[in-house]
Amino acid sequence: MDFWTTPIGWLLWTVGQILLVTVPLLLIIAFLIYGDRKIFAGVQMRKGPNVVGPFGVLQSFADLGKFLIKELIVPAGADKFVFLLAPLISVTLALGSWAAMPLAPGWVISNINVGILYLFAVSSLGVYGIIMGGWASNSKYPFLGALRSAAQMVSYEVSIGFVIITVILLAGTMNLTSIVEKQAGGFWNWNILGGAGLHNLPLAIVMIPMGVIFFISGLAETNRPPFDLPEAESELVAGYAIEYGSTPYLLFYLAEFSNITLMSGLMAVLFLGGWQAPWPTHYLDGLWGTGWSWLASLHGFIMLAIKTFFVFFMNAMVRSVVPRYRYDQLMRLGWKVFLPTSLVAVVLVAGWRVYGGIG
Amino acid sequence: MALQAIAFYLMAAVTLASGLAVVSAKNPVHSVLFLIASFFSSAGLFVLLGAEFLAMLLVVVYVGAVAVLFLFVVMMLDVDFAQLRQGFARYMPLGGLIAGGLAIEMIVVSYTVATHGAARLNDTPMAMGKGAPLGMSNAEAIGRVLYTQYVYFFQAAGMVLLVAMIGAIVLTLRHKPGVKRQVIMDQVLRTPKTGMRMVSPKPGEGIDA
Repeated sequence: MDFWTTPIGWLLWTVGQILLVTVPLLLIIAFLIYGDRKIFAGVQMRKGPNVVGPFGVLQSFADLGKFLIKELIVPAGADKFVFLLAPLISVTLALGSWAAMPLAPGWVISNINVGILYLFAVSSLGVYGIIMGGWASNSKYPFLGALRSAAQMVSYEVSIGFVIITVILLAGTMNLTSIVEKQAGGFWNWNILGGAGLHNLPLAIVMIPMGVIFFISGLAETNRPPFDLPEAESELVAGYAIEYGSTPYLLFYLAEFSNITLMSGLMAVLFLGGWQAPWPTHYLDGLWGTGWSWLASLHGFIMLAIKTFFVFFMNAMVRSVVPRYRYDQLMRLGWKVFLPTSLVAVVLVAGWRVYGGIG
Repeated sequence: MALQAIAFYLMAAVTLASGLAVVSAKNPVHSVLFLIASFFSSAGLFVLLGAEFLAMLLVVVYVGAVAVLFLFVVMMLDVDFAQLRQGFARYMPLGGLIAGGLAIEMIVVSYTVATHGAARLNDTPMAMGKGAPLGMSNAEAIGRVLYTQYVYFFQAAGMVLLVAMIGAIVLTLRHKPGVKRQVIMDQVLRTPKTGMRMVSPKPGEGIDA
């Protein structure tokens, strides 16, 4: 292991880890995009993509090829540097946020102490890609989309922040791996039911609405319908992305889906126990420390994947079922409903932590 | 470690270069973007110092919220920069004086801390952090100081922000008479009974309203 502690070895090791997370992630995203379109089509009683590959499963790869070989057009009068920088920033931030995501026991690139804050910070930066793209296009509709998204994402970050604080209060740590470890032992220990089993069950009254608020704010944060005002087709053509085509558009699209997957995964980690199974997993205890510990990790990873896909499915269903919000309704929901609710919840959870005994 | 030194010089260089670009960029939007780059690399410097909590707060608060609003405003404004630049020579001495004063302050502080250590060592948050049990994260150390020793200052800062917020709302709030607003509660409480009227008009006759 000596080589791995030298700077070059460390660099290779880290790059290897990053590739090990990013490449499967991109593959999963390709199929999630396909799944999203199939769910959307299914709700509308259409068939959805069904030409490329069996049942159309390779549709995303066909799209990828199409995007890559199209001509890159930069509009005249656009700020060329910022125009091309915007999608790069979007996709870098979207993929970079996976660094702190605990994927399975021991499977995390960077197990930092403030992991949850890191994810919150990086997701709050995602707005820059959109604002810069919309402004640099030098056109009215993208600009309107950018302004909308700036106001929308800043508003909903506030309530996401408070919801995250309730989870931090429950777990007593900001380390994502520790947050997941504290939810071990069965679904009754998950944060959505107050964490720590029957003792904290009264908190479920607070935490279930918090989970719902987090899910909805996540939709707004990732510009998903019913909150897709930055790219509302019927009002702004395609919002901030109008002037984009070819690879830059592909990067925006990729960043968006990476963020949606991240939000689904974060919902699973914060509220649904992350890589913990919904039942006690004593049968895995014997594997730790042996050559089979990867099997236990894989078990955890599959659990997380199932939960993430479940949240993603809900996400896709919301997209196909709920009509788009009007802008003032969106602002009202964020500032007048979610913010006070989550603020009260923070007070209640903090009070319970101090006066409700151990947690 | 060599890697840390490389990271430090890289981020320090980016911070300084983008700080310089903030004041020299021709386009105000570019200035704000450079400001964001400068914030971001300062956050990186905090991480190198082991203050990861402060780094994340810097990114969340300044980059994620304050700078977004900056950008928002600057993009909407139509600033005439030729006009602004006219005063450059006139304000140069004043600006230079302020910059020089700040530079001297920073040099004095760095020199004093480097040679004599921080003043009133037992009171400072850093000392509390040092005296804290090993393995306490710096979020916890800051929280302990902020909510015990400095709780009144913390509350006072909160009050100042609250007053500023209320002031901004009071200044911009206008009650226009005669504007129809959506009352969500009325809409939610509407039932078919109150919202509909069943009529059966005879053929050849209308309904009088």
